[in-house]
Parts: sequence; C-alpha cells; structure tokens
Amino acid sequence: MKRALMFLPVVLVVALGAILFAGIGKDPNRLESALIGKPVPEFNLADLQAPDSQHDQSLFKGQVSLLNVWGTWCPACRDEHDDLIWLAREKGVRIVGLNYKDDRQEALKWLKTLGDPYAVSVYDPRGTLGFDLGVYGAPETYFIDSQGIVRYRHVGVVNETVWNEKFLPLMEEYGDVSS
Amino acid sequence: MYPELGQMALILALLLASLLAVVPLVGSVTGREQLQAFSRPLSAGLFVFVALAFALLTHAFLTDDFSVAYVANNSNSMLPWYYKFSAVWGGHEGSLLLWILMLVGWTLAVAVFSRRLPTVMVSQVLSVMGMVTVGFLLFTILTSNPFDRILPNVPADGADLNPLLQDFGLIIHPPMLYMGYVGFSVAFAFAIAALINGRLDAAWARWSRPWTTVAWSFLSLGIALGSWWAYYELGWGGWWFWDPVENASLLPWLSGTALMHSLAVTEKRGVFKSWTVLLAIVTFSLSLLGTFLVRSGVLTSVHAFASDPERGTFLLILLAITIVSSLTLYAFRAPVVHVRARYAGLSREVFLLLNNVLLVASTLLVLLGTIYPLVLDYLDMGRLSIGEPFFNLTFSPLAVAAGLLLGAGIFSRWKKTDGGWLGRKLLWPLAASTLVTALVMVGYGEFKPWAFVGTFSASWVVIATFWDLWEKSGSRKGRLYGLKRQSRSYYGMVLGHLGMAIVMAGATIASNYGIERDVRMSPGDTAQVGDYKAVFVETGNRRGANFTAEYGRFEILDSEGDLVSVQMPEKRQYLVQRNVMTEAGIDAGLFRDIFIAVGERVAEDAWAIRLQYKPLVRWLWLGAIFMAAGGFLAISDRRYRIRDKVRDTDVPVPSGSKAGKPAEAAS
Repeated sequence: MKRALMFLPVVLVVALGAILFAGIGKDPNRLESALIGKPVPEFNLADLQAPDSQHDQSLFKGQVSLLNVWGTWCPACRDEHDDLIWLAREKGVRIVGLNYKDDRQEALKWLKTLGDPYAVSVYDPRGTLGFDLGVYGAPETYFIDSQGIVRYRHVGVVNETVWNEKFLPLMEEYGDVSS
Repeated sequence: MYPELGQMALILALLLASLLAVVPLVGSVTGREQLQAFSRPLSAGLFVFVALAFALLTHAFLTDDFSVAYVANNSNSMLPWYYKFSAVWGGHEGSLLLWILMLVGWTLAVAVFSRRLPTVMVSQVLSVMGMVTVGFLLFTILTSNPFDRILPNVPADGADLNPLLQDFGLIIHPPMLYMGYVGFSVAFAFAIAALINGRLDAAWARWSRPWTTVAWSFLSLGIALGSWWAYYELGWGGWWFWDPVENASLLPWLSGTALMHSLAVTEKRGVFKSWTVLLAIVTFSLSLLGTFLVRSGVLTSVHAFASDPERGTFLLILLAITIVSSLTLYAFRAPVVHVRARYAGLSREVFLLLNNVLLVASTLLVLLGTIYPLVLDYLDMGRLSIGEPFFNLTFSPLAVAAGLLLGAGIFSRWKKTDGGWLGRKLLWPLAASTLVTALVMVGYGEFKPWAFVGTFSASWVVIATFWDLWEKSGSRKGRLYGLKRQSRSYYGMVLGHLGMAIVMAGATIASNYGIERDVRMSPGDTAQVGDYKAVFVETGNRRGANFTAEYGRFEILDSEGDLVSVQMPEKRQYLVQRNVMTEAGIDAGLFRDIFIAVGERVAEDAWAIRLQYKPLVRWLWLGAIFMAAGGFLAISDRRYRIRDKVRDTDVPVPSGSKAGKPAEAAS
C-alpha cells in the first residue's frame, strides 16, 4: 500500500505533462473579449475630422461594421493600413476608425497622406472608449453586427489572410440582409 | 570558419556527454574500476568543448559576424562591447548554450571536488549529469543551433539586442539564475545515484548538502537581481509581478529551500529520507519546468522567448523522459519502511517537517497559479489569467507562518523538546518583537493588519535568531570565545535566517507604506510624495551610444526644503529597433527610495509623471545578499572538508549482490 503511494508523484507529473503538451503551439496571446455577445459600450466622443460633431454607440446600428483601433504611434497600424483601404474600397466593408490616444493633427496628416479607409473616424485622445472595450494594444479590430453587438475581437494586424479566415465567416453569418 | 568550429565543438561535446552518460555508469554497476575511472576525464573534456563552443559564439558577437543568424538577430554593430558580450545570452539559442555551459561547469566541479567520495558514487553522479547534458546538447544541436549561418545574403547589420536587455542587470542576472537552476542538477544526480545503488544514508545527505546550498545561494542572488532589474528597468517601480517566468524561478527556490532543510534532518537524524530524495528530484524538475515554460511559448510573459512549437515539443519530451524516469525509479526504490530513529511530537524534526510542509504548500500554490490558465484552457473552460491578488492573498499568510515557525523552531531540540520549556524561552522574543512591531507601526503612523503581522513575523525571526546566538555563545572564557567557537555553518544559518527576515520586512513595509502618485507636471511644477517634494526643473535631450533620450530634471527636496538629490529620469528611443524605453530616476537609500518615471506626454509642455516613495524597498535585495552570503559561509565549514572515515564505501559492490536488496537495507 505504501509502495503504491510512491507512484503518486509519477502519476501527477504525467497528468501535468498532458496539459503542458496540449498548451504547445496554442497562441497564449489569443484574447477573448468579455464584450463578445454584448452591445458596444456607451460612449460620446467627437469626430476626428469635425471636432464639433459627436458620435455615440448608435453609430453601429443598422449595418455591419468593423471597429478598428489605431494610432499614429503604432507601427503595426501602418502595416495594416493598406489592407484596410483594400477592404474598404474593394470589399465595401464599413470600417469605423477609433483614433486611440493620439494627436488630432498627426492623425489627420496620416489619413491625408496614406488614404482614409474609415467611413467614420472617432477621436478618443484619452482612450475612454478604448478602456471600456478593453483594448490591449493597437491595432485591434472588432466585428460588430447590425444590432451593434460585438461578435469578435481580433488583436493584431488585419490582412487578407486574417480577413478570409476570421472575418469572412462572420460576415456570412451576420452579413447585411440587404447585400 | 569559427562558427563551424563551434558547431564541431558542440557535436564533440555531445559525443563525450554520451560516453559520460554510459561508461562510468556501466562501470559502477558491473564493478569495473577501469570504466569508472573514465568519469573525471570525460567530464573535463566535456567542459572544454562546451566552453570552446561558448567562446566561439562570443567571438562571433564581439567581431560582429552577422553571417551567423543568431548574432544577426540579437546584436548590432552600434552596441557597446559589453552588451555585445551579454547579448550572447540575450536570445534563446545563446542562453541555452549558457545553460549547458553551467551544467558542464557543475559537472566539472563535482569531478574536481569529489576526491573524498566513493568512486562508485562519483561515477554514477557524473553519469547522471552526463545524461542531462546529452538531452540539452541534443536540444541545442537539433532545434536551436546558435551557429546557423545566413548565407550567402549576409545582412549588413544586426537587428539589435532588445533595449530592455541592454542593461547591467542583464549581464549578470541570467548567469546567476542559471547557476542556481542548473546547480540543483547536482543534488538531483546525487539523489538518482543514491536510488540506483540503494545508499540513502547520512553520508549521501552530507555530500548533497553543500552542492544544494551553493545552488540555492546562486538562485537567491539570481532572483534578487531579476527583481532589482525589473524594479529600475521596466520603469514602473514594481519589484515582483508574479509573472510566469518569475514564478518559474521562484518554484525551484521554494522547493530548494525545503530541500536544504530536509537534507539537514536526513544528515543529522537519518529520517525523512524518501521525502528528501523526492524533494531533490522535484527541485530539479521544477528548474527544468521553468526552462520549458520560458522557451515553449505556452504562457505569456515579458521574459518569454519567441515561441516555437517544435522546440516546445522537444523540450517537453526531454522533460518527460527525465522526470518520469526519475520518479519511476523513485517509486520503485525509495525506502518506505519506518526508520528506527524516533522523535517526539514536539522536536526540531517536527519543526523542520512543518517548515517543509509550508514551503511545499507555497510551491504548489505558485505552481497552481502559474499553470491554472493552461489547465482551464485544456479543459476548454475559457481563458483567464491569475494575477497578483491571488498570489498576494495566498502567499503572504504562508510566508508569515514560515517566519513564526522559524522563530520558535530555532530553540527546539532534536528528538524531544519540552513544551513548557520552549514556551518560556519564547516569552521574551514574543514581548520584544511585539514592542518592535508597535514601534514600527507608530513610526509609519498607521496601523495596517498585514503590515502588523508581516513586521511581527520578521522581527520575531531576527530576535529569536540573535537570542539563540547569544545563548549558544555563552562561555566561561568570555563572549568573544563563545562566538568564535560557533561553526561557520551555524553562522551561515544565522545569516540566511536574517536574510529571510530582511526580505520579509522589506516586502511588508514597501507594499504597505509605499506611496505612489501619478501626476501631470510641467517644468516648474512641484509635487509632494510622502515627506518629500519633487520639483520638475526642466527638460532636455541627450544622445547615448545607440539611443537618443529626452530627459526631465527633477530636484528632490525634503520636508525642510533642503535638496536631497537631483534625478534625471528619461525616455529613450533606441535607434535600431525604434523602441521607447523608460529609464527611471531613483534616489536610493537604505531606508527609502524615491522613484521618478516620465510617462506619456499629455500636452505640449506637460508629462504624466509617476512619483513613488518606497520605504525599505532595498531590503528585498539586501536580504537576498544575506541569504546567499549565509549559503556560501555554510559550505566553507570545515566539516565538509574532513575526509570521510568510512573507507569501505570505496569498494565497489558487484551488482548481483545489490539487485535483490532494495534501499531499505541502507537505513
């Protein structure tokens, strides 16, 4: 009986090993948002181009949108910028930009020189909406259905592969009835 | 050509390691002395070739040989030479090579300093070390070759060392840490050898003790350096984040601490043998697990190397072979019968047993907290991370309890301690530490329950330790004579325990009475932090070797308005990788640090500034220095240098007579 007890460490280690083995190759940076299945948090922020007009969560009602969190301080945002333009112009995706913890002049200059993929640009210099969304780091892109419900969160750059693998299925599931 | 030589050296080292893993072991089981005699020369040769490979990799770094992929990825011609040198272990491949260099270094040390040990034991221990080396050399050569070339398109310049790692702390932190991690392989090898030949006795414990203590001392220093580095380099003034990789280094430290204490019991009293052997295996296994967690990418951490599933799988298989086979060996060979040595319910044995229970409980706690996210993910129950609150809440009571137990345990006697006698002994330390704690509370002007128990526990340890020293050093020939008569290992213990109390005091006071303020400041502004005033004088720019920096000039004034110091915290922009790093300005002192970090620029002439007043934060690292010093002092004790009188152990025992004789016989 006592001898049997001596086997306990081996058994525990094998169990632990199985769990570690399952963990290999999974991306620990894959983050799920607590907001999935919930409406976009309430906000009231100024437009980037027109400082006097305000936007709120009703911005996402009525059609499927991507909410893209970006800033001029974020090199990866530069990387995905051309892909966003491709999405907006070629695929006709409605992208709402959330200019996050940034400078308005810098951001406007960026959009002027690189092109503007955003249907609407919201200016969030203090990162209030970003905080409510639980933004981890730019760029992040949220898929929001026509009811204004967050359906998916993508951390990192959106490119053609990501679009085809992650967003296209969602588009088919929640896509506009009209289109 | 040099990198190819390095590659050759690694392959030759692998061959020598394979021989070392087999030949002396076969010799020891068959009782052939000629084969056992190979163990020392093989260990020396192994060391020479690994050191050669390491030297050649260092050469590639110092001469900017960017045709070597590892150099190109981790260095740059603009790096100052000392960072080129430390960049050798700034990435996965090179740090693995450093790991192996340490391992063969320890192997060599065992070969050199084991003249007094029976040949059978030495050859088995060295063989086990050889097996571990084979595994890691295979891992290096097959999956992480540091000498891989980028040919023919040699990059013009390297991608640079991560700026976070361009720091003095990083030059010495990994070598110290690895010395500790890998050093536990010696205790492990001794345990395995003892299991193989069934000699789990006091002599085995005595041989293992100094090696364990040295490894533990290095690990203590390594962890403290890491914490110090995080404190001033990561920029936000924390000193322990319960990050998976920090936990990975804490795990073997905790079980290694348990091992040191349980080895003491096994040596002195011949009890807890199975437990001690298990701890030796577990401690090294936790070192290996740490290596796996850092390098496989299963957990998110600031320290983790780029993840690679292939490497992760290989390492896990390596781990599985090492740990499962040694634990299986343990299951079959460890003694289960009761030993004759008896001890009462209240005795030093029991105190040390409780110490082990607490340390193992805290090990399991940290292990659980670290891998819990993985377990949940495995069971498909979602992802989450376990943060500081969990660890602080569960770890602190265990630490406090360990301190309280330590203070009482110091006075206890082997075999049997009279409860009433012990109680009377503890009366004065109890009164004194209550008084000290009350004074500390009054001094900081606020009562906090956690601060109270933490301070009490720390002062309890200090007072009990000195009380015991005072009583032991009483002598008719005077106090000085009595103090001189105490052994070095006793003083080592005193230092170690004081170190633990110092760390505990530092952690308690810094986290309970620290002040942290985030303020918006423009040049000319003044902000209050604790009793001090920080005046933001001006900003400026400067250029470093491979970065440009924007700095703020702060004057720190005390409550009378006198200048204490001038600090220039800065934000650095590194030129190659374009990262921005925060360099904090720290006015360091034994009793308090004042910490200033510049954050984001919030307006044209205003910055977010973090000001911190950190009382006793230095004590955290000071305590670790005490612990390590205690460890080194203890192993210099002359009893480890006295020749073992049991000469008959040198005679090899033919395997036939041992096969049917399980380990119980040894007790």
